[in-house]
Amino acid sequence: MNILYDERVDGALPEVDKTALLQALRTQLPDLEILHQQEELKPYECDGLSAYRTTPMLVVLPRDIAQVQGVLRLCHARRVPVVARGAGTGLSGGALPLEKGVLLVMARFNQILQIDPAARTARVQPGVRNLAISQAAAPFGLYYAPDPSSQIACSIGGNVAENAGGVHCLKYGLTVHNLLKVDILTVDGEHLTLGSEALDSPGLDLLALFTGSEGMLGVITEITVKLLPKPQSAKVLLAAFDSVEKAGRAVGDIIAAGIIPGGLEMMDNLAIRAAEDFIHAGYPVEAEAILLCELDGVEADVRDDCDRVRQVLEQAGATEVRQARDEAERVRFWAGRKNAFPAVGRLSADYYCMDGTIPRRELPGVLKAIAELSAEYGLRVANVFHAGDGNMHPLILFDANTPGELDRAEALGGKILELCVKVGGSITGEHGVGREKINQMCAQFNSDELTLFHAVKAAFDPGGLLNPGKNIPTLHRCAEFGAMHVHAGQLPFPDLERF
Amino acid sequence: MQETADLDDSAALLEQVNQALANATPLRIQGANSKAFLGRVTAGEILDTRSHRGIVRYDPTELVITVRCGTPLSELAKVLDAAQQMLPCEPPAFGDGATVGGMIACGLSGPRRPWSGSVRDFVLGTRVITGLGKHLRFGGEVMKNVAGYDLSRLMAGSYGTLGLITEVSLKVLPKPRQSLSISLPMSVEHALLRLAEWGQQPLPISAACHDGESLHLRLEGGEGSVAAAHDRLGGELLDPSYWADLNEQRLAFFDEDQPLWRLSVPNNTPRLSLPGRQLIDWGGAQRWLKSDAQAPFIRKVVAEAGGHVTCYSHGLTDTPFQPLPDALLRYHQQLKQQLDPQGIFNPGRLYAEL
Repeated sequence: MNILYDERVDGALPEVDKTALLQALRTQLPDLEILHQQEELKPYECDGLSAYRTTPMLVVLPRDIAQVQGVLRLCHARRVPVVARGAGTGLSGGALPLEKGVLLVMARFNQILQIDPAARTARVQPGVRNLAISQAAAPFGLYYAPDPSSQIACSIGGNVAENAGGVHCLKYGLTVHNLLKVDILTVDGEHLTLGSEALDSPGLDLLALFTGSEGMLGVITEITVKLLPKPQSAKVLLAAFDSVEKAGRAVGDIIAAGIIPGGLEMMDNLAIRAAEDFIHAGYPVEAEAILLCELDGVEADVRDDCDRVRQVLEQAGATEVRQARDEAERVRFWAGRKNAFPAVGRLSADYYCMDGTIPRRELPGVLKAIAELSAEYGLRVANVFHAGDGNMHPLILFDANTPGELDRAEALGGKILELCVKVGGSITGEHGVGREKINQMCAQFNSDELTLFHAVKAAFDPGGLLNPGKNIPTLHRCAEFGAMHVHAGQLPFPDLERF
Repeated sequence: MQETADLDDSAALLEQVNQALANATPLRIQGANSKAFLGRVTAGEILDTRSHRGIVRYDPTELVITVRCGTPLSELAKVLDAAQQMLPCEPPAFGDGATVGGMIACGLSGPRRPWSGSVRDFVLGTRVITGLGKHLRFGGEVMKNVAGYDLSRLMAGSYGTLGLITEVSLKVLPKPRQSLSISLPMSVEHALLRLAEWGQQPLPISAACHDGESLHLRLEGGEGSVAAAHDRLGGELLDPSYWADLNEQRLAFFDEDQPLWRLSVPNNTPRLSLPGRQLIDWGGAQRWLKSDAQAPFIRKVVAEAGGHVTCYSHGLTDTPFQPLPDALLRYHQQLKQQLDPQGIFNPGRLYAEL
């Protein structure tokens, strides 16, 4: 396993005297809650990527921004690495702590500061849960659009840090498209406001740069998001296909008909069976693939679009097209999809969730290659796919208690991501690089590109104290562990089939 | 014709940048020069992007188009039009031959912006020649891609100060099935109140402008929603060419002699009390001001409302873009220093310090 911080290839970290640091924090920030004993630190040793664990040196739980500023200043002066963490639901190990670092937990900043219905904005603290924003906006008929599947628990600060997605991205965008303003503290505790309450701001678009920067450039202290009016109507169609190719083509046909669905999801047979077994959503278990197509908007348009999509699906060879008859059935159709991960989890002791993106036209070839890799590695793979935006979530089934299976699952996952890059896609659509995909970054970017990323980091954190080891691999790491760099169109593996 | 319409001239562009780096010569990047009036007056050897042009890839069902920087916007629009698709942010051209590179570098969006998103929001990937003399690729041709820092979107609106954008991949969308424009005579105050109210409802508004006399609205969507909204709102039909005239600043309002200022404010900002005439666009979030008032005064009034000001009259002020707070400016300088250490890309175009 080469995923935990390795000073040999990830860079030497400063030596920190834990006792002296604790002493200094207590003296300078007497009201700050600090965890320092082994048993207190244990719950913070991982985020949502729980296969990887590191006990942090200290955990701090500030309650006001002045304390965050104090921690950053003190750590900067003493050259102590700082890893920021929100709700800890991230799936790429972006908040994985460091043995030689402080874990800065922002979860207590959980206040919704203002909902402004006339401006259609919400001003919130970073620890506010994603779903809580929509709940607070609901009385005004508004909501916050990005809905990562962890929205009940994940915090908005983490959403910004990871540029979180969800199932409605094709129509409503990612986190970056739904932000107006972010307040941050830099590595030495200086306050900056990026963006504004207007739709743009003078200067460079640092708000875009910070969104998805995985806690490498600053610590988020406040966020203003855009709110949208809730769609008047939402309807779901479920289509069954006897081949994934046909289902994939149907997705293109829907787009070609000029329709942008609110959500467009695909599941393969293994995922369908797992979900049906768990949720009893009424999915056709014999189907090789199903598509769930949600159309939302103004009542009259949704009705027309449903008719159009039904026609497209039938022409594309769907063996069955069903429209949810009522809201209860619509929710049930979605419940199967939304619970696909835990459903697959029931088939296997452990599963490993991947997050690659591909141009949609490459889907049949990529699924075929995944099936071949699955056979080669002797591990089952279920496929769940945000078909509208090309974001795949292959779920690799394994048993961590069987020696060698985790390593095999990781290796298979790495191969799948490299495959995504090879067909012109990306190693991560919405989960982030974090620590998990640090080696695959070497496949997606060449050394010059990685060098430029390091230059961006140096503009904000020249000492490399914020979340060291995440997001961008050192060139040393790529030389040692990275897969060979592949660019679309310049394939270095001539023996492999092209899709 | 075909040969001139599709040319990969990136090797020559890279060569020119490397020469500039070797000789420490600042470059002034330009396409059709249609937006030269924006930003500070700068010197530098001209780097003309127009030899690097053409559509690299376009598959309408993928909703992505990849275009070289020197491609005229008109050519991009024609190609999208043929597939019944569009770039929803409606970038203004401000002149014949305006290029895709200039559109990204300036990052200006048209009337649909508050509902569709800005130029930056449609950028999926870029190829950029950097200040280290390398031709690199960031982002890609997929809708979702969070690997590495988002340098592609950072390029939008950077006025060429961070590198030479050679190619861009953009998200595109199907054109709405129905579009209808209406005018409703009402006061500015009343229009702003109505817009705030309608903004909270699922109405298919895709442009909203008040010219001092009337509120002009564009309704876009399916046949049903547009008809229902028209029934509800009423109003007289408006020639849809109004929106292009507004976007390209061809309305009579823009003809007057006084300097032109762009005010970007929170969408629910009340009527701003400033000398001169105002035209409200973006449902309240963008206001055009024709005024002889001094820049510091306009900036102060607008900043108090939570917005910022850009001067659209060339050479009138040495700081056409609103000056940045000190700390933010310092980080701008550090970023510029890292990405363009020799300061060869459009130095001073955005701010004197960059």
